Amino acid sequence: MALDEIKIGGLGASRRRVEDNRFIRGKGNYVDDVVLPGMLHMEILRSPLAHARIKSIDTSAAYAIPGVRMVMTGEMMAARNLAWMPTLSYDTQAVLATDKVRFQGQEVCAVIADDPYIARDGVEAIVVDYEPLPPIVNPTQAMADDAVLIRDDKVNQSNNVIFDWEVGDRESTDRAFAEADMVSEIDMHYPRSHPSPIEACGSIADYDRSTSKLTVYMTSQAPHIVRAAVSMVAEIHEHMIRIIAPDLGGGFGNKVPVYPGYVISILASILLEKPVKWIEDKTGNLISTGFGRDVYLKGKLALRKDGKILGVRMDTVSDHGAFFSDAQPSKFKIGLIHSAFACYDIPTAYLTNRGVYTNKAPGGVAYRCSFRVTEAMFFQERMVQAAADDLGMDQAEFRRVNLVKDDDFPKRTPFGFLTDSGQYEKCLQIGLDAIDYDNFKEQKAEAAKRGRLLGIGISTMTEPLGAGNSREYDILGIKMFDSAELRVHMTGKAILRTGAKTQGQGHETTWAQIVAHELGIPAEDIVVEEGDTDTAPFGMGTYASRSTPVAGAAVSMVSRKIRAKARKIAAHLLEVSDEDIEWELGRFYVRGAQDRGVTIQECAMAAYSNVPDGMEPGLENNAYYDPPNLTWPFACYISTVEVDPLTGVWDVIRMVAVDDCGVRINPMIVEGQIMGGLTEAYAMANMQFITFDEDGNCIGSNYMDYLLPTAWETPGFELHEVVTPCPHHPIGAKGIGECATVGGPAAFVNAVMDALKDIGVRNIDMPLLPDRVYEAIQTGQDVSGHPPVKNR
Amino acid sequence: MFPSRFRYEAPTSIEEAIALLGANEDAKVLAGGQSLIPMMKLRFANPALLVDINNIPDMGYHRADADGSFRIGALCRHADLEKSTILREHQPLLAAAAPLVADPIVRTRGTFVGSVCHADPQGDWAACMVALGGSVIAQGPNGKRAVEVKDFVSGPFTTVLARDEIAIEGVVPKAQGTRTGGYLKLERRVGDFATAAVAVSLDMSGGVVKNAGIGLVGVGSQTINASEAAAALIGSSLDDEAVDRAAELAAEASNPRGDHRGSADYKRHIVSTFVTRIIANVQRSEMQVA
Repeated sequence: MALDEIKIGGLGASRRRVEDNRFIRGKGNYVDDVVLPGMLHMEILRSPLAHARIKSIDTSAAYAIPGVRMVMTGEMMAARNLAWMPTLSYDTQAVLATDKVRFQGQEVCAVIADDPYIARDGVEAIVVDYEPLPPIVNPTQAMADDAVLIRDDKVNQSNNVIFDWEVGDRESTDRAFAEADMVSEIDMHYPRSHPSPIEACGSIADYDRSTSKLTVYMTSQAPHIVRAAVSMVAEIHEHMIRIIAPDLGGGFGNKVPVYPGYVISILASILLEKPVKWIEDKTGNLISTGFGRDVYLKGKLALRKDGKILGVRMDTVSDHGAFFSDAQPSKFKIGLIHSAFACYDIPTAYLTNRGVYTNKAPGGVAYRCSFRVTEAMFFQERMVQAAADDLGMDQAEFRRVNLVKDDDFPKRTPFGFLTDSGQYEKCLQIGLDAIDYDNFKEQKAEAAKRGRLLGIGISTMTEPLGAGNSREYDILGIKMFDSAELRVHMTGKAILRTGAKTQGQGHETTWAQIVAHELGIPAEDIVVEEGDTDTAPFGMGTYASRSTPVAGAAVSMVSRKIRAKARKIAAHLLEVSDEDIEWELGRFYVRGAQDRGVTIQECAMAAYSNVPDGMEPGLENNAYYDPPNLTWPFACYISTVEVDPLTGVWDVIRMVAVDDCGVRINPMIVEGQIMGGLTEAYAMANMQFITFDEDGNCIGSNYMDYLLPTAWETPGFELHEVVTPCPHHPIGAKGIGECATVGGPAAFVNAVMDALKDIGVRNIDMPLLPDRVYEAIQTGQDVSGHPPVKNR
Repeated sequence: MFPSRFRYEAPTSIEEAIALLGANEDAKVLAGGQSLIPMMKLRFANPALLVDINNIPDMGYHRADADGSFRIGALCRHADLEKSTILREHQPLLAAAAPLVADPIVRTRGTFVGSVCHADPQGDWAACMVALGGSVIAQGPNGKRAVEVKDFVSGPFTTVLARDEIAIEGVVPKAQGTRTGGYLKLERRVGDFATAAVAVSLDMSGGVVKNAGIGLVGVGSQTINASEAAAALIGSSLDDEAVDRAAELAAEASNPRGDHRGSADYKRHIVSTFVTRIIANVQRSEMQVA
């Protein structure tokens, strides 16, 4: 008599996304759709120069335009102690420039006007006199002895280094290298990229003097963190601040930080006592907001002749731009980059990182990176392939030798994380079988005889998803747990709220499936709401693939609390003691008499109409979940490519993906996440990056220069799955949102490098643009791609 | 998008449109708008008046005329050409280029003549017209005149059109024999500006090239007419020596700048590679026909 879980939209149902109903009808409600009475419009003047001293700002012509209400300058912000704001990494960031501009696109002034056209006219009328300074666009320039000090605003800052950080065991790693049969070395740059959500950032600040309440509609993936930050920066009490993140048109980590535009719109609303709307344009988004990567690696593996990796050494330099504003756990200056090599059984490892300031937009932790795990896994898999090639060993066999075995769990990673589950070799084998590995190698050799360049690349990795636990993970001291609140109405329908914030992940669909799984209430009877800090329980938001591991677990736990109370009500209704009650999906029954039972809906009605003596009425609860560990999904991506030796153009022949993200709540959504991630992986490998010229001009400031692949270029993907349940998650799920973006790029790059192996080329920096590939083929040399862009 | 303030007129006759252009200092013609509107959005272009010609009847045609010429009206969209069977039948070079113009969204709205008039060194159609020896028919208050496309473009984003003239038609001259050719473009992504692109047109008779033209895209400050390279093919039977010479001369005719799409040397190399490839493709399809 138990319900069919798939039919009620429970665990494992490929249920259609309920949110799509409004999105495909154009009925989504984004920040720009919100219109408030008397609302004014704000536009930002951005610096055209990468590095310059501001000599003067003349706003008189802007004020002369009818309809311009206010021109905000850094000086005006400074008068209210708001010219600078704290970042999420304990640095400061300019809100509006007062002394210098430090990157092209930095906010200099803001015009508030009756409509957005007038606001633009106002911005054009402002005259700023700049005295140019030498721009710095890469770490080598930043660390040069005679480098100009970018952050001369900071006391005690004598150079452009932000921090030095290390992790691992230097001594034992040095020993491993001393004892190695062979050392494989490779250097590379993971270029700067940008998440580029289709909806750029924006806010509407609405300060009501009569109630002293500030309401802000905002493109935020983490509205509760913003509420805390605003209360600190703007000195408004937290209960008087309401952040509403309505529908978001993508986030990818771009919408975690607090941006100057938000802060300026808030101050403008307070000063003008009107709602102030700021909607960033695409260029503003691309040149000024949170980017991803921009990390340099010198990597070394200590190897034994039989292929065993004895030790890892990674020396990295990260380019953070003009302000250290990475949104990441405070203990980890360079995110979780030390999750590298977690899937391999390696005795020792050591990593150094130096963070530097440059005259580029701030950020670094974004774009489905799971706190820089993208860099970790890309470096790892490129180092692994180079090592296999250096040993003259087959790349699949080399991985087999080093992958952690199924019965080794729990297993310490080389840098000290604890992995708990996986079937790595099984995933690899499924991938190899699917792509017909041995046969392709023969095809490749055959094609080589006719001058054709084929290649195959593998990427295997496990990554840490789902920060916290709260012992180790916090942002600005706020611990990284998450929450859910469930109210079951008397008719058995329910509303669920969480501290996460969906941006396309499909929470409205999948959270209801978890409740359906735990309570047997059909998913369609559950509405999910997120993003309003006045109604949602406190949570740390959605990024780093943490929602299912943390908030999703809280959804399970709150449902179980509801079930525990419903059990007592069922015992009361069935006139037996609690211990005699059994549960099957959607229904309690009397042990030994399965026909005597009550449904969860009947219990819900009784909770409001017939509770036992001494019990509180109602059926609602909340849960705060602090995960015991990160979750560790595993993935094996294998790509085959053909390179055109005369143009350097390469085409993907096939791309096979084997993902093990534990129990899949909604397989269709999981597959969508993987395909989206693989598309981004292909983009980064093939075409997508932000670079700079010698003058510090950002190249990648619009969609003609910053390339998002279309359906035309994107190759087909063949998906496979393995399910190893997470041992500590209530329903055995692991994170999945970022796996393909993290692990995918190396599969494509390794495939192209495999094609060029016999030419003697070991590395081309991403993206593998045709001219770079052609240059490598012509010269037989590696090709680096770091800025400034070469104008030859 | 928030452009500067502008006035908008939508005349229903070409005469009316010409009069509006004559009467207003800073007016621009709006046909497909696929370059003009983005430039207005960025406020790179701030015209005082837009003269929208989309309401003028009978300009969306393309047709093969009895005299052997091929005519394309000012409101003929890229997508019309992409789908056209008569284009494939009569103008192999244009048919090869049609699906490579911009992206499907732009092709739906953008126009052939508008693209030629925009005179972007990245324009596909101008290079094709140069290769084909095509012309633009310009109409002004005193009537019509024909201008060869190689003379029509006077610099980057500038043409010889007078302020009160509208380009109403593109004309491809009659073939001297059997017309063949091809178009190759290297772009990082659909809709990207070309790293380099090459248009080759060949009029063949009895296995000999009677007439040839080569247009180059994205490798100079304007569309390049590689006439010496084309001349190396005329009179030849497309033997390796002639083809190699043409490829070399085309690369020499290009004048690219290195940028994030590739170095100048790389772009020159792509030009010569594409000349060779287009001719090889032509020969391969001839063999299949034979």
